[in-house]
Amino acid sequence: MVTVTMTVNGRQVSKEVEDRRLLVDFLREDLELTGTHVGCDTSQCGACVVHLDGKAIKSCTILAAQADGTSITTIEGLADGAELHPLQAAFKEHHGLQCGYCTPGMIMSGVDIIRRHEGQLDEDTVRHELEGNICRCTGYHNIVKAILAAAQEMHGEVRQAAE
Amino acid sequence: MAQDGIGARVARKEDKRFITGKGRYVDDMRVAGMKHVAFVRSPYAHAKVGGINSEQARNMPGVLAVLTGSELVADGIGNLICGWMVHSKDGTPMNMGAWPALAPEVVRFVGQAVAMVIAETRAEARDAADVVAVEWEELPAITDPAKALGEGVPQLHPEAKGNLIYDWEIGDKAAADKALSEAAHVTRMEIVNNRLVPNAMEPRAALAQYDAAEDHFTLWTTSQNPHVARLVLSAFYNVAPEHKLRVIAPDVGGGFGSKIFIYPEEVACLWAARKTGLAVKWTGDRSEAFLTDAHGRDHVTVAEMAFDANNRITAFKIDTIANFGAYMSLFSSSVPTYLYATLLSGQYDIPTIHCNVRGVYTNTAPVDAYRGAGRPEATYVVERMMETAARELGVAPPELRRTNFIREFPHQTPVIMNYDAGDYEASLSAALSASDYAGFGERKAEAARRGKLRGIGLSCYIEACGIAPSQAVGSLGAGVGLWESAEVRVNPVGTIEVLTGSHSHGQGHETTFAQLVAERLGVPIDNVSIVHGDTDKVQFGMGTYGSRSGAVGMSAISKAIDKVEAKAKKLAAHLLEAAEGDIEIADGEVRVAGTDKKLGWHEVCLAAYTAHNLPEGMEPGLKEGSFYDPANFTFPAGAYVCEVEVDPDTGHTEIIQFVAADDFGRIINPMIVEGQVHGGIAQGVGQAILEGCIYDPESGQLITASYNDYAMPRAHDLPSFKVSTTETICPSNPIGMKGCGEAGAIGTPPAVINAITDAIDNNDLSMPATPEKVWRALRAGATAMRQAAE
Repeated sequence: MVTVTMTVNGRQVSKEVEDRRLLVDFLREDLELTGTHVGCDTSQCGACVVHLDGKAIKSCTILAAQADGTSITTIEGLADGAELHPLQAAFKEHHGLQCGYCTPGMIMSGVDIIRRHEGQLDEDTVRHELEGNICRCTGYHNIVKAILAAAQEMHGEVRQAAE
Repeated sequence: MAQDGIGARVARKEDKRFITGKGRYVDDMRVAGMKHVAFVRSPYAHAKVGGINSEQARNMPGVLAVLTGSELVADGIGNLICGWMVHSKDGTPMNMGAWPALAPEVVRFVGQAVAMVIAETRAEARDAADVVAVEWEELPAITDPAKALGEGVPQLHPEAKGNLIYDWEIGDKAAADKALSEAAHVTRMEIVNNRLVPNAMEPRAALAQYDAAEDHFTLWTTSQNPHVARLVLSAFYNVAPEHKLRVIAPDVGGGFGSKIFIYPEEVACLWAARKTGLAVKWTGDRSEAFLTDAHGRDHVTVAEMAFDANNRITAFKIDTIANFGAYMSLFSSSVPTYLYATLLSGQYDIPTIHCNVRGVYTNTAPVDAYRGAGRPEATYVVERMMETAARELGVAPPELRRTNFIREFPHQTPVIMNYDAGDYEASLSAALSASDYAGFGERKAEAARRGKLRGIGLSCYIEACGIAPSQAVGSLGAGVGLWESAEVRVNPVGTIEVLTGSHSHGQGHETTFAQLVAERLGVPIDNVSIVHGDTDKVQFGMGTYGSRSGAVGMSAISKAIDKVEAKAKKLAAHLLEAAEGDIEIADGEVRVAGTDKKLGWHEVCLAAYTAHNLPEGMEPGLKEGSFYDPANFTFPAGAYVCEVEVDPDTGHTEIIQFVAADDFGRIINPMIVEGQVHGGIAQGVGQAILEGCIYDPESGQLITASYNDYAMPRAHDLPSFKVSTTETICPSNPIGMKGCGEAGAIGTPPAVINAITDAIDNNDLSMPATPEKVWRALRAGATAMRQAAE
């Protein structure tokens, strides 16, 4: 057993967990933050993406102990109170989700993509950057649209809008 | 039209919980005292199960119980069944092998469960499952459906000699043979429809609880049809009596057919909850999903199409072997028969059709309905044949289709279906125009200058949705009726709850169903709540599959609204001292037409509940229900154009553009319909160029058992799609809807393969058209051409 302490969605948490506890299980089971999902067991699908110290990571591929001392943001912590993050709002406006299962990971990845490219995105870049996130419902069409729209809203410029 | 009524592009009401991480899926549920289940699964494709030694497992930390198949059978838990009876052409019933939820004697596919471990945590359950010692006696296995029929191969079930499930036919064989022998031209193809794994992103899960004091069961499960689950679990599997079993399917993370069926894990968890007195949860991982979710497709077909001298089809003859896997899943028997062969007329006027289907057992996971279920297989056969015939006949592919289009409705095909409405020319013209089909030659030449091979392919699909009426499907062997139920409850303040037997797992029912109510009763959609997925709340329902929730589910709501509207009008007429026929309901008001006399909708609703002043004989309250059974299947149809570029050096295919023109009848929410089509196209492209489920033919091991080996479509595999709709109103239901959920998966694969084979000028190409296969086909085509020239 190991004691882990981290900041999750702005709140400091400290718990004793099994050494082998994955961060995703720590979030889902120990903190009851069930918005982060598990869609595979090979680190491929991206349903579990959260932000660790501001960067997107797959929470199924890191131990809770490795995240000791870090700051984690999950989908539950993305909105500013009642006000949705622009990408959350864009997913709704552009119908970027259907069953909703991949959505938290998609949004957390999307926020990271927009951040890393400082909003300077085109469709091709978004599609390649989404390599690590699988959606079975949407065909990605509206996810790409939502990310481009949010990037434009957040940074004012998008080189080439999706159809 | 109401502002957020029928036809409005309304953002989804359900989205907020999903985009903020507040969706509630089965694995998110926890109940007091809940324990965790892990299954002990077969590492062999075919083996006898000897002794099961669980002593070491029982002594592991946190382990509470280990249960086996022999205990399950001893407790009288029934075998899993296929609920659709299909008879062979000799009149004998299908040969259904016994399928216990935990196998006590023989396992027949890799991953089949033989025992279950219950422990305090999931990790402890899995650790213990790893050390349950099973004495396996491996048996020879067979996985290839084309080789599994007959005596000289491994036999799976004593009930099915030669592994044959049925040998079924439809249509007139003698007439088809005669037409083929007299034809001016015959196109003949051998066609494989590749096996797929559905891959809903949420793995299956089940949480079962037993209340001994009440003798009551609750099952939270990843289901597309919780009422069917309750019926089957009680009436057939003897796990719990129906009135003592509550089945809840909360938010469900995609289904695509795979969550229609009642699986061994759900049966075992319910049984275990009672046996141990513990609430138990099982959540499958992706590996278990690959091994045990019902797979899709897997047909081997020979097709022959006869043409006269005017390029009109005179007959179509099809011989198909359908792989069922190791057991007959819940609706498996209907998929390669009544959902497949009945669509082999496509959009064409074909006087004679004969189709023979042999269902076969193999040592693979069970196969059942997956998005489209039979109709993608039929469309792939028909539309590969049409494109190939056009090439052989030297006719432009759109022209050969036009020559053979059905143009008058209703149209009775030779294979049961009676098409009620359609305009195939309209969707074809729309697709050709949107894709600039006419300008393709220039684009091909331009691509050639860049060293790329450009191809274009067409597909004109038809499908049948709704799977109804009940009397018709009953006569074809369905064990259930395929109607839908609805209840419309108007509250005293005028807000409305709609209880529906349909189940939403991505389709957006909470929005579209509310739009129908808004349109009809003049209330904003925010004043409408849609209740579904809980057998304690909704009395009964058949669930969501076969693109039926609009055409059947919403029609039931429409019928219930009719009754609410009639009662509200009668009450309003009484209160306003007007004639019932003069009352109209719109914009939150109940008005006497042509006058300024009116009441607020909420005032009428309140009056129904105060009951101070009701018309003579009227009961208080405002709540009505309906069971709706459609008049016919519905027939969505459309035309898809795919344009590709192949890199001749690598064989890699890039989809340059994909155009869909669909006729779904009346559309409630265009945004949601487009989303359904996008997703269907992606799955169709997946089948065409990426996805293929491969078992090792010797060992029966699943080779493609993870996302490392099974190529799911990713964002960069796909372009943005150009989708549009044409509209012929469906005459068979009150809303005029046809259904849109499966079209993309049905119409897409032949369009893609027709495009690639056009690009590489070699028609001999199977799905998935991976770069290696395309590269080899390109080389083989060039060699064949060189040899022909020499």
